[in-house]
Amino acid sequence: MQYVWDFRPVWLNFGVLLEGLVNTLKLSGFSIGLGLAIGLVLAMGRLAPSRIVSIPATAIIEFYRNTPPLVHFFWYFYGLPILTGISLTPFAAAAAALSVQSGAFFAEVFRGGIISVDRGQWEAGRAIGMSHVQLMRRIILPQAFRRMIPPLMERSFELVKTTSLAATLTYGELVYKAMVLATQTYRPMEIYSTVAVMFFTVLFVASLGMRAVEHRLARRAAR
Amino acid sequence: MVDVTSASVPPVLAPPVLAVEGLHKSFGSNEVLKGIDLKVAAGERIAILGSSGSGKSTLLRCINFMETPSAGRIALDGTSIGVEGRGGAITARSGELRRLRTRVGMIFQQFNLFPHMTVLENVMEGPVTVKGMNRKEARATAQDYLKRVGLSDKAEQYPQRLSGGQQQRVAIARALAMEPEILLFDEPTSSLDPELVGEVLDVILGLSKEGRTMLLVTHELGFAYHFATRVLFLHEGRIHEQGTPDEVLKNPREERTQAFLRRFSAFHF
Repeated sequence: MQYVWDFRPVWLNFGVLLEGLVNTLKLSGFSIGLGLAIGLVLAMGRLAPSRIVSIPATAIIEFYRNTPPLVHFFWYFYGLPILTGISLTPFAAAAAALSVQSGAFFAEVFRGGIISVDRGQWEAGRAIGMSHVQLMRRIILPQAFRRMIPPLMERSFELVKTTSLAATLTYGELVYKAMVLATQTYRPMEIYSTVAVMFFTVLFVASLGMRAVEHRLARRAAR
Repeated sequence: MVDVTSASVPPVLAPPVLAVEGLHKSFGSNEVLKGIDLKVAAGERIAILGSSGSGKSTLLRCINFMETPSAGRIALDGTSIGVEGRGGAITARSGELRRLRTRVGMIFQQFNLFPHMTVLENVMEGPVTVKGMNRKEARATAQDYLKRVGLSDKAEQYPQRLSGGQQQRVAIARALAMEPEILLFDEPTSSLDPELVGEVLDVILGLSKEGRTMLLVTHELGFAYHFATRVLFLHEGRIHEQGTPDEVLKNPREERTQAFLRRFSAFHF
């Protein structure tokens, strides 16, 4: 059996795929930004001295880390209107699901970075009379941040790939556009392969960029 | 003046700046401090000696609540810190602890300088962040204190570029910048190379001439002799013997103290 590859339908509709890519990046950028903010809040909550704060934060983190993302997408898109009457656009539902879910993962990265800072640093801050918030902001987070960059990148790349689940909510990101094109052109092999190459190119270039940033930070730290 | 020849415990003339009463501290089932009573008058310099595990660092760390006492009372200028909670442990509000720590400075064995800040920023950090001093004023004070420890020329360096002795001197400047009433030194020279010990001890000795109240945990007996107005010897979580340096270091009464000092005298030439 000999499959004959024909990429002409891909080139003819490349604009549609590019539009999908732009939507993918829009959803990714928005969700990463919001996810980082949610993650920081959840991490601070989990590490807070007060149990009234730390227990709910821990519960949210563990819940989102241990349930499938597709289910979150469905909750926000189909579940929310049924339960509360609030209906979200496909973009808003996808962004909400992605940011909260990745926020839970980001929180664990933040927490790992924070607790990796030497105990002596916490003591030195406390010994000059710093409050918990001052200690975090001035001493712990600046030191933890550098160590967090590689795992935060890893998580963000994971998130970019997870945006493809938004296709199930008919949000016009790259995979959704590909699905539409595939049914119109009967060339799923070529189209999905192209989609893979597009994801690869974006993420690979991004990882090269991040590596350069890391390298510069490492050099600055070695002063 | 305190009569140093007759009393084994110097009479406390002024009201104590620091009072420790019935202090107990346990870690799990391990009771490290078994009832410490100590009154410290303003300007006293107390050297705390004892073998490892005797509780000397824990005593120091309970004073500024780096460790929460399991039972007992800590008072500054007659005012108790916190209240006795369930099971005897002291519970203190975080605001109260922050105020306590601005009044009681601590110098650690491992220096614990902030590696992401320059030497000057390390010293400015407390005054700016905790006391809300404006940066210009804080910078000037920080420079003063760096000069005091002989490190004006290192102000713009990062700590990791400094030797251990220099780092510890910066840590002393950082504690001084908060203008504490009491300074706690937790084995300040124990992690230093022998040739760097002297410069740190010189700085501490310099401070002792300013009439500051200081408590110092150390293994440097010769230094303790010159530094202290009173020496405590801790054994198994209790104050086993105390008195002037001459009494405790030259003519110890207790057998334990004698045995402890003999182990060190082996190294004196």
